[in-house]
Amino acid sequence: MSRRIVVITAGLSRPSSTRLLADRIAEAVGTQVSARGESAQVEVIELRELAVDLATTMTTGGMPTPAVRRARDLVSSADGLVAVTPVFTASYSGLFKMFVDILDTDALTGMPVIIAATAGTARHQLVLDHALRPLFGYLRAVVVPTGVFAATEDFGGGEHDSLTARITRAASELAALVVAETGSVAGFAPSSEDLDGVRRRRSGNDLPTDVTDFETMLGGLGQ
Amino acid sequence: MQFGVFSVGDVTTDPTTGRTPSEGERIEAMTRIALKAEEVGLDVFATGEHHNPPFVPSAPTTHLAYIAAQTERLLLSTSTTLITTTDPVRIAEDYAFLQHLAKGRVDLMMGRGNTGPVYPWFGKDIRQGIPLAIENYHLLRRLWREDVVDWQGKFRTPLQGFTSTPRPLDDTPPFVWHGSIRSTEIAEQAAYYGDGFFHNHIFWNIEHTAQMVNLYRRRFEHYRHGGADQAIVGLGGQVFMGATEAEAKRVFRPYFDNAPVYGHGPSLEEFTRATPLTVGTPEMVIERTLGFADAVGDYQRQLFLIDHAGLPVEMVLEQMEILGREVVPVLRREFEARRPAHVPSDPPTHASLVAAGPDAPHHLVAPVRAAEQAAAVAR
Repeated sequence: MSRRIVVITAGLSRPSSTRLLADRIAEAVGTQVSARGESAQVEVIELRELAVDLATTMTTGGMPTPAVRRARDLVSSADGLVAVTPVFTASYSGLFKMFVDILDTDALTGMPVIIAATAGTARHQLVLDHALRPLFGYLRAVVVPTGVFAATEDFGGGEHDSLTARITRAASELAALVVAETGSVAGFAPSSEDLDGVRRRRSGNDLPTDVTDFETMLGGLGQ
Repeated sequence: MQFGVFSVGDVTTDPTTGRTPSEGERIEAMTRIALKAEEVGLDVFATGEHHNPPFVPSAPTTHLAYIAAQTERLLLSTSTTLITTTDPVRIAEDYAFLQHLAKGRVDLMMGRGNTGPVYPWFGKDIRQGIPLAIENYHLLRRLWREDVVDWQGKFRTPLQGFTSTPRPLDDTPPFVWHGSIRSTEIAEQAAYYGDGFFHNHIFWNIEHTAQMVNLYRRRFEHYRHGGADQAIVGLGGQVFMGATEAEAKRVFRPYFDNAPVYGHGPSLEEFTRATPLTVGTPEMVIERTLGFADAVGDYQRQLFLIDHAGLPVEMVLEQMEILGREVVPVLRREFEARRPAHVPSDPPTHASLVAAGPDAPHHLVAPVRAAEQAAAVAR
C-alpha cells in the first residue's frame, strides 16, 4: 500500500532554502518508507501560492476558497506530514500560521509530523521546540522527536554532514510511524477507537454525514 | 412561496459620505423598510436580535408590534431569536403576546447568535451553546402547548405549576424555523420537530448550504413528517440592482469594499462568484435566485439582505421597489412553475395551522414521541 506524504513549505522566495530543505526531507522520507517495504507518494503544498486564498478565507468569516478546500483535503487525508517554515521574527512565519489557522482543529489528529525550519543563523534553532512543537501538539499531531533546523551555513561547509544526519534520523522516525500498523488484536483490549468521544481526523470541508439522533440529545439533558 | 427581507440592524458609516446614522435613525430606517415590504408586495419582514453595538435591534417584539400596528398583511419574523441566552419563558410570553397584537402574522427563527460575550453577559456558558438551544427550545414548545408546566432541566430554575400567559393565539403556537450555518445538530433539531430550517446562505458557497439543507431534508423524512422534498426550507440572499450590471457595481462597490464581515477582503467579483451575492440587473437576480432551487430543491421562503454596510435608507427603499415590483413577481411565477404539486409552496401560517385543527401534529410537544407511543399502544 502506497503511503501519502504531504509537505507544506512556507518559503517566499524562488528558489527558497525552505523549499530546498523540504525537498531533501521529503526525499529522505521516501527512501525510509521504501526501506520498510512500502512506497511513498509525495505532494508539496507551496503556501506562497495560497497566500491570497488564505487571506480571503480569513476575511470572509472562514469560507474556504476552492484552493483552500483542496489543500485541507490533501493535508487531512495524508499518512504523514512534513511542515517547513522560515523563521521570521523569532517564530514561524505569518503565512505558515495562517495556513495552520484555517485547518480544522481535528485536521491533524494522530498525524505523524516532521517539523523543520530555516533561518539565517543557528541562533534561531529553538523555534522548533518553542513554537512549532507546541503548535502541532495542540492539534494532537504526533511530532517525531527529531526536528530539522537548517541555518544558511548548514547548506555548505563542515556542518553539511550533520544536517544530512538529522534529516535521515527524522525521516526514519516518521517512516516508522507512517508504515506502522495499529498492532493490537481486535477485541483483546479496548483501543482508542472504542472509547467514547474519540476524536477522528477530519478536514472540516464537509459536514459530518452522521448526526446524533435527537432523542439521544434530549435524553442526555433529561428531557 | 414567501419572499421578504431580513435586517441585521447594524449601524454602519456610509463609506461614500462618512456619515453615521444615529441609533434612532437606524431604528426608523428599519421600520420604513418593513412598511415598504408590505407596500411593494413582499410577504415577510424579519429582524435580527443583538445585544451589543453597532447593532440596534435588542427588543424585536417591541419593534415588530410597532410594525404590526401599521401593516395589514405583512408577516413578522426574526432572524434570529437567541434561544441560547434568552429565557424560554420570556420568548413564550413575548411572542404569544405579539401573536395576539399582530392577529397571527408572526413566526420566528431560533438561532444561537454570532457574538461570544453575549453568553457570559446573560449568565450562560458558550461551550453549552448546543445543549442550551436544545433544552430551551424543548421547554418553549411545552410552555406554548401545555397549559400548566412542571419542568426541571440543566440550565434554568425549575418550574412548578407554571402557566405562560397569554396563551398562544387560538391555542396555536407560531411556526418556528431554526437557523444554522454549519451546526448539524440544529438541522437535526428542526427535522425532529417538523419545524422549518433556514440557511443564512449569504457568506457561504451554495454547495455548503446544500449539504446542510439536504441533511435537514433527509432527517425530516426519517422522522416521518413527510418526504424529504416536502420539508420546509428558507434561504437568505443578498442583492444590489441597477439598470446595468456596470452601474450596479459602480454604486455598490464602496459599500461592499467596506462592509462588516467581508470588507477589505475578497473583491466584489470573487465574492459574487463564491456566494449568492448578486450585483447587477433584475434579470441577473432572477436567474441567480431561481438557481438556488436547483441546489437545495424547491423551497418555501426567500429572504434578502438589502440594508447593511451603511447603505442609505433611500437607496434601500429604491432597491425594494425593484425587488417587489420587478423581481419577485417573476420569481413567484417561475418557482411555482417548477414546483411539483406535492411540495408545499408556503410554509405553515397561523391560518393554515388553525385550519389543520387541534389534533394536528403541530400541537404536540414532540410529534415523533407521540407517534411512537401510539404505535406501541397499538401493538
